[in-house]
Amino acid sequence: MNNSKQTVDKAAEKKKPMKPFSVHMNKDLQRRYRAEKWFQRSGIAAIVIALSFLLVLFASIIGSGYTAFRQTFVELDVHFNQDLFKNENIAAADYPAMIKDSLRRTFPEVKERRELKSLYMIVSPGAAFSLQDMIKENPRLIGTQQKVWVPANDDVDMLVKGQMKASEAEDNRRIKDDQLAWIEKLEKDGRLETRFNTTFFTSGDSREPELAGIWGAVKGSFYSLLITFLLSFPIGVAAAVYLEEFAPKNFWTDLIEVNINNLAAVPSIIFGLLGLAIFINFWGLPRSTPLVGGLVLTLMTLPVIIIAGRASLKSVPPSIREAALGIGASKMQMVTHHVLPLAMPGMLTGAIIGMARALGDTAPLLMIGMVAFIVDIPGGFTDAATALPVQIYLWADSAERAFTEKTSAAIIILLVFLICMNAAAVILRKKFETKW
Amino acid sequence: MIYSFLLLIILLLGASAYFLGTARAVAVSQQTGGMRSLHSLPSHYGALTALGCVLPALIIYALWQIAEPMILTSMIKGNLPAEMLKLSANEFGLVLNDIRNMVAGNTLSGTGNPAVMAAAEQYISLQTSAGRIVSMVILVTMCVSAATIYSRIDIHLRARNIVEGLIKIAIIACSAVAIFTTIGIVLSVLFEAIRFFKIIPLQDFILGLTWSPQTAIRADQVGSSGAFGAVPIFVGTTLIALIAMAVAIPIGLLSAIYLSEYAHPKFRATAKPLMEILAGIPTVVYGFFAALTVAPFIRDLGMSVHLDVSSESALAAGLVMGIMIIPFVSSLSEDVLHAVPQSLRDGSLALGATQFETVKNVVVPAALPGIVGGILLAVSRAIGETMIVVMAAGLSANLTFNPLETVTTVTVQIVTLLVGDQEFDSPKTLAAFALGLVLFFFTLCLNIIAIRVVQKYREQYE
Repeated sequence: MNNSKQTVDKAAEKKKPMKPFSVHMNKDLQRRYRAEKWFQRSGIAAIVIALSFLLVLFASIIGSGYTAFRQTFVELDVHFNQDLFKNENIAAADYPAMIKDSLRRTFPEVKERRELKSLYMIVSPGAAFSLQDMIKENPRLIGTQQKVWVPANDDVDMLVKGQMKASEAEDNRRIKDDQLAWIEKLEKDGRLETRFNTTFFTSGDSREPELAGIWGAVKGSFYSLLITFLLSFPIGVAAAVYLEEFAPKNFWTDLIEVNINNLAAVPSIIFGLLGLAIFINFWGLPRSTPLVGGLVLTLMTLPVIIIAGRASLKSVPPSIREAALGIGASKMQMVTHHVLPLAMPGMLTGAIIGMARALGDTAPLLMIGMVAFIVDIPGGFTDAATALPVQIYLWADSAERAFTEKTSAAIIILLVFLICMNAAAVILRKKFETKW
Repeated sequence: MIYSFLLLIILLLGASAYFLGTARAVAVSQQTGGMRSLHSLPSHYGALTALGCVLPALIIYALWQIAEPMILTSMIKGNLPAEMLKLSANEFGLVLNDIRNMVAGNTLSGTGNPAVMAAAEQYISLQTSAGRIVSMVILVTMCVSAATIYSRIDIHLRARNIVEGLIKIAIIACSAVAIFTTIGIVLSVLFEAIRFFKIIPLQDFILGLTWSPQTAIRADQVGSSGAFGAVPIFVGTTLIALIAMAVAIPIGLLSAIYLSEYAHPKFRATAKPLMEILAGIPTVVYGFFAALTVAPFIRDLGMSVHLDVSSESALAAGLVMGIMIIPFVSSLSEDVLHAVPQSLRDGSLALGATQFETVKNVVVPAALPGIVGGILLAVSRAIGETMIVVMAAGLSANLTFNPLETVTTVTVQIVTLLVGDQEFDSPKTLAAFALGLVLFFFTLCLNIIAIRVVQKYREQYE
């Protein structure tokens, strides 16, 4: 191709000093060169368009998601009133009442019931849980007065981060004018600040955006992918070895090949239907679990791993096989001692790419019921769970504005995982690649 | 509690059988003139002993895992009160479900029926004692079979051949998984689809013009008779796929040609991986992007020229799907362009053609079958794509070719019909499988044609 390029360049250089044979010829040549230039430019334009789509995509996701990593907290003077701890069980004390009490003392001028209700809305319903945790950790705090930072409500959070404009008409925003005044006062007193959002990384799903986190979904994805890897890698390698090294050329192996090539292109939602009909309805495996999710993803990833594995086995030169056979190895020994170790980096690369695809896939998991609203962090393969992409789908569907930034933040996390996996694959390939 | 550690014990016994077998082989060889007189390596004898020890145990274990609920259920059936046995099959199934739930420790549904509780207790005690018996059987089998092989180890035993034969059977089974997956897909979709077509005739499904899968729960309910005419869905799917291809084919093809025919190697080395990032982004991300950014943008754009654009327009979903498919088209066609022999280009350039003319008249025609195959694969991808359309396209099945309106697709309908809890007999749920059958069949045809075309083309220049 370089040669051909030079040819054109030379032709272009020679063109200038030469006198045209005729006017007609000259015009024709100019037209042809114009077409050439136009074509090159449209090629560049196509690449630029594709890459700018990529840029816009990343910009819009990062732009709407980076704010989710910080969260607004409100400082309250909480009085752990002895009277509220009369019950033996300190976890059952009326923590919301303590929060309300401290809010009332911060804003003594608020008296009316309706106003009080909107005052309480400033603080997240999860604030009571952080008080509960404090007391559980240190019961001696009962009866004392403490300064406590508790998470603010998602609307306050949106306002502080500037995603809700105070300049909008009151009817258009969820924070009303009186709440706005209180928030301003809190801000002036230094009782409002944004901190790194640890909740987002440590908790499960929640109906309250400020309490929702991705840890449950990450663990669900982890368990599913663990099953997928443990099943699909050995089976995929074994199948690749058989098809590439042992299989005779006959009807059955042809059928297997056609099947594998086709399965690699079957829409992933079909695998979900398979999982629903066979794993759940027929075998009676528990719905919504990483176990079933992992099995479905295994079937989906298997063709990818087999195809990559075969390509990697093919790249091992025949001389190695002949040498091994020549010194008396059996065919199985030749494969396990010589060919497989050489092909292993390529197979692992294929496996990682397959796993990355499995991590990002959502549709089959919707079919097997991993879309439920699950607050608890899954602790094993048979606990109900969601997965990271499904969590993104669920949050994208939520009406609250604060979930938009959570969705984008979860996408950023997912993309970081994917980039790491693909980078690992590239490094593996670069490091162990052998040029024969 | 041997039962719960059974798998671990099996593996441990297997490992010790391996070492015993190896040691035995070495000992046997010492009596008859050293290691060379052995037929196989000592480790082969070890592996054979270990396999002989572990395989029967695992088979019994797996069979018991499958058969346990059936056997135990039939055993406790005899002790249930007579009036329960008289219940209809469905209700009896509910009772059994209750018992199973109690056994699993979920007492939520156990409303305290004493007969059910007694049965559950009996089930648990049976389970424990049966577990003991089975573990004893497994352990005895392991010892007997390992001992048999151990005693038969001598220099003539063809251990390597047997072990390698077993491994070969295992890897053949692994490659057959692909066939079983396909059979599983066909069976699971086909059976439910046949049940659907028993309720709704096939021609109504294929040719009907209205789709409203909400069926009446009560017979006298108004307004939800349930219509299962799939034409609007097929039209919607086609429309979105067409828009996607209209975006992906020109951009993908032009960038492939530029990258393979014009680009400087350095430019190519950076641009190509960047383009492939587009293929690696999960579709749920594209769906979010379409719903959050593209759809409102298109709607606002339409408003500014006084066009009424739906907020879930086919255009937004199709456009974003097209972006997703660009790298498929471009990388497949680039492979194909690469395979065109350099001699064809050289010949054309030597005759005085410009590079554009070479590409247009020589390279692309030569690569056309491969490019078409790649595009067919991309079309199959577009039809089967789920998340983008679920998040960005609508639910209402409009029979229209206007890209500014809301349409729905096959995959969207499958997801909406199956997500959530439904009974498994209603035509509404079964319709999802009928749609799944259509989707599978259609993409299967596209894939097979495309793969054939690409392979034929490759052979042409090899």
